[in-house]
Amino acid sequence: MTNEEIRQAVIDILSDISPEEDLENLDDNTPFRDQLSLDSMDVMDIILELRKRYRVNIPEEDYGKLDTMTNTVAYLEPSLKEM
Amino acid sequence: MYDAVIIGAGMSGLAAGIRMAHYDKKVCILERHKMIGGLNSYYRQGGRNYDVGLHALTNYAKKGAKTGPLVRLLRHLRMKWEELALIPQIGSSVAFPGMRLHFTNDIAHLEAEIRKKFPSQIDGFRRMIGELADYDQLGLGASGGSARQFVSRHLTDPLLIEMLFCPLLFYGGARENDMEFGQFCIMFRSIFLEGFSRPYNGVRLILQKLLDRFKRLGGELRLRSGVRQIVAKDSTARKIILDDGSEIEAKNIVSSAGWRETMNLCQVQQHSPQIPSGQLSFIETISVLDTQPKKFGHEKTIVFYNDSPVFTYKKPQQPVDLRSGVICSPNNFAYDKPLGEGMVRITSLANHDCWVSLDEEAYRLEKHRAYDRAVESAVRFIPDFRRHVIDTDMFTPLTIRRFTGHENGAIYGAPEKKYDGRTHLDNLFVCGTDQGMVGIIGSIVSGITIANKYLLGGNL
Repeated sequence: MTNEEIRQAVIDILSDISPEEDLENLDDNTPFRDQLSLDSMDVMDIILELRKRYRVNIPEEDYGKLDTMTNTVAYLEPSLKEM
Repeated sequence: MYDAVIIGAGMSGLAAGIRMAHYDKKVCILERHKMIGGLNSYYRQGGRNYDVGLHALTNYAKKGAKTGPLVRLLRHLRMKWEELALIPQIGSSVAFPGMRLHFTNDIAHLEAEIRKKFPSQIDGFRRMIGELADYDQLGLGASGGSARQFVSRHLTDPLLIEMLFCPLLFYGGARENDMEFGQFCIMFRSIFLEGFSRPYNGVRLILQKLLDRFKRLGGELRLRSGVRQIVAKDSTARKIILDDGSEIEAKNIVSSAGWRETMNLCQVQQHSPQIPSGQLSFIETISVLDTQPKKFGHEKTIVFYNDSPVFTYKKPQQPVDLRSGVICSPNNFAYDKPLGEGMVRITSLANHDCWVSLDEEAYRLEKHRAYDRAVESAVRFIPDFRRHVIDTDMFTPLTIRRFTGHENGAIYGAPEKKYDGRTHLDNLFVCGTDQGMVGIIGSIVSGITIANKYLLGGNL
């Protein structure tokens, strides 16, 4: 997957979890939690969806690295670029 | 071997099942009855559809809302707001002798009522709302303490205090006359801050949506499959034995049967006495009418009534406590088109033991008597609708016990809750009423939360 495809994969998950959010105007460098109404259970849901869809396992200590879109794509890139 | 077996196909069990199935877990829900729903269900009789349990959904949120229990429910079940298409209430009231408080889904209405009718209390009321809104109602943390103590820090008028407690206790009080502080915050918010709504097609729509979702995700539902025993070795549940003697193995078990009831399935006697059993049960009368309630002047969605200044919420000594009750008309929501028939449902406190002691004939007679007396009591607070009644039905504490499995027909389960959902076994969890969430939204959120926290998150 290219980085653009990874970004779209994350957007797809966000839009499935939270269809009422405005994702078109998401700023990739601003933390998700400052733009979206996501609580800790939603964050866990995103991680579960990544595991379900792309078989990426994200250890709990890394959750904090998924704070912005840019950081999330960078974190996922090594796991997903060969897919 | 299942990844998870869930005991009970009520709202919480179905929700937990959907979460598991969504994440490709092999999951089976076991339901003792031939119908799903447990406390909240529906049936057809004499060509009519009846709902039981649900008067209204609490925790109403408008389409597009981004926070709150309803939003959490929709997100985690991957449902769209439109699928439930909740219709808000028209307006409800609490009716005590010489005093009525009207409220809607906009707290400003109740504030205006209190400013007008209890002017000395309005500042305290606002302060109290500010404080309880901070309580994290979605967390799993227990929070002890008496709600009455909390309220008395802010309000001093005993009549207002009783009038505020009346709806909260009727819609979720598992202990007599008081609530735990955390429970109070949840209930206050769900009723007064967020409010009532109903799908046009009632509880059946919600259950059908949940079941449909569960099955489409590959979940398995076994009806007429009551659980007789949970067999444990060391500190792990190993297998489930069904009423018919067959056995099922599962990595994890989630029970919505109730705390004491689940301990009984484990045959753990030493745990059960630690939590007293619930005692509060209800009867409900259902009257089908030949007209819409508003035609004879009844436009309130729900009326909580009590015929003296002090509201007594405890197990009555006689079959039914006729002094107080809840009157709900499913017609009185803001629908685009009216429901087919008028209906009035009246709920009052009842004594399970009295009803149990009756033989079949006496039980039948007592039902008729209780119907007449409950309706007679209620029409002191709403227009008399008795000349419009064309059909009736009724449930008693025995009905509640039969369909929920709760000891004593205790509608809201045990008086103390197991907020963290854990048990003495490392792979057995409780969800639903005794996990501390009440109401339909609360039950569903309970199933979601327990599945997320212990069955999905734990495996990351």
